[in-house]
Amino acid sequence: MNKLSVRTALIASVTILLHNNAVAEVSKQRGEEIRYTVRQDCGSCHGLTLAGGLGPDLKAKRLQALPDNYLSKVIKEGIPNTPMPPWQEFFNDEEIQWIVTHLKRGTL
Amino acid sequence: MMQGVLLITALLLNACAHQTDYRATGDLGVVIERASGSLQIINTSQHRSLSRVSGLGDLSHASVVYSRDERFAYVFGRDGGLTKVDLLEHRIAKRIVQGGNSIGGAISQDGTMVAVSNYEPGGVKIFSTDSLQLITDIPAEYAPGQFSKTVGLVDAPGNRFVFSLYDGNEIWLVDMSASSQPQIQKFKGIGKAPYDGLITPDGRFYIAGLFGEDGMAKLDLWHPERGVQRILNHYGKGTDKLPVYKMPHLEGWAISGEWAFFPAVGHHQALQMNLADWQLTRHIATHGQPVFVMSQPDHRRVWVNFAFPANDTVQVIDTETAQVIHQFKPGKGVLHMEFTPRGEQVWISVRDENRVEIYDTQTFEQIATLPAQAPSGIFFTNRAHKIGL
Repeated sequence: MNKLSVRTALIASVTILLHNNAVAEVSKQRGEEIRYTVRQDCGSCHGLTLAGGLGPDLKAKRLQALPDNYLSKVIKEGIPNTPMPPWQEFFNDEEIQWIVTHLKRGTL
Repeated sequence: MMQGVLLITALLLNACAHQTDYRATGDLGVVIERASGSLQIINTSQHRSLSRVSGLGDLSHASVVYSRDERFAYVFGRDGGLTKVDLLEHRIAKRIVQGGNSIGGAISQDGTMVAVSNYEPGGVKIFSTDSLQLITDIPAEYAPGQFSKTVGLVDAPGNRFVFSLYDGNEIWLVDMSASSQPQIQKFKGIGKAPYDGLITPDGRFYIAGLFGEDGMAKLDLWHPERGVQRILNHYGKGTDKLPVYKMPHLEGWAISGEWAFFPAVGHHQALQMNLADWQLTRHIATHGQPVFVMSQPDHRRVWVNFAFPANDTVQVIDTETAQVIHQFKPGKGVLHMEFTPRGEQVWISVRDENRVEIYDTQTFEQIATLPAQAPSGIFFTNRAHKIGL
């Protein structure tokens, strides 16, 4: 393999990796807004550092064991008969996926 | 001669040292800066910040009680930190990390004990206010091996503490009067998911708000033998509950004459109740889900702030007519309000805009603005002498 094809392969695999992780497209500014809301407002139950409070902790270690679609559903629709409210009024599907991805990576 | 000069010099030095020591704390308070683990010591007469004290850990949802001499603030941090801050020397006098995840505390009637409510490990720990040494640990074990998050911890007359078990659906009454050995009375099955509690300003009734159902659980501390009674059942009957983006607080129930005002849960309403018969008398439509419904010290008006996304607004309700008489927008992220001891000013924290606003409660005019880093709770020293605060 020559240098060029190695580079092409690398770029291709990185692209695939990114796509597999399904990082939703969210602008930098919107990302910052969401990050702030998660920290401050989700944080009112889950803790400013997401270490948990009245609600469970949202640390990557715990969330990694849970499927994306479950976490998305919880954020989107809430959990009936618990204090977890639905957030779909404030975040669209892509943004919710973005939150899930970043929570699982521990980068929120 | 020489001796005389020395004596005079010594006396003068002594006098100087003493003179600079004198300062009272009755018009001081603290503003929690939740994101930076710091607080500001402020003066309510001068409308200014005196200093910043840092190194207090995770202060999201932090709260404060005061020593009875109003010199020390005990700060309860989210990360289990309990910090004793000296308001005169502007420094941390003592700090311990007593739990993993905490949610507020209370100081005993006699001022010798401070109790901390913990989510993790679920329970309450009681410390000496002097040394912060542990006096007793009360794990909230409601079933074998099951520990509950504890909420709504308050002090009660008779050197007692009261709190609720969020997961266990219980209220515990802890008597610390006899010795360091607590006498615990447990009230079970009080209703689903008590999320906060309060004690009436006279120290007689402990009330837990229930998240899992409409209604509240009431315990008469004059007659604990009568058990817990349910009040305000089905106050939201016939209407769908709205999502709650921040749990309301019950601390310092707004009581005015025969009425009490408090937040509805899942409804954009403040509720008015008659204290004589504990019956709901009015639903007052509000701008959003209320978080704090707080009475001015003269009880003439109650001030209401709101949960996300309505948290840029404050409404003022006239207690006589139960009408909203004023609405204004201090800014994004209004988290807390605190009245000066006689209520001529209210201090309001505006988290997202990094400032504290001071308003005249009569005219609603703005008096001053102080910069603060993501301010949340504001606590003035006069709390030292109020039951339940």
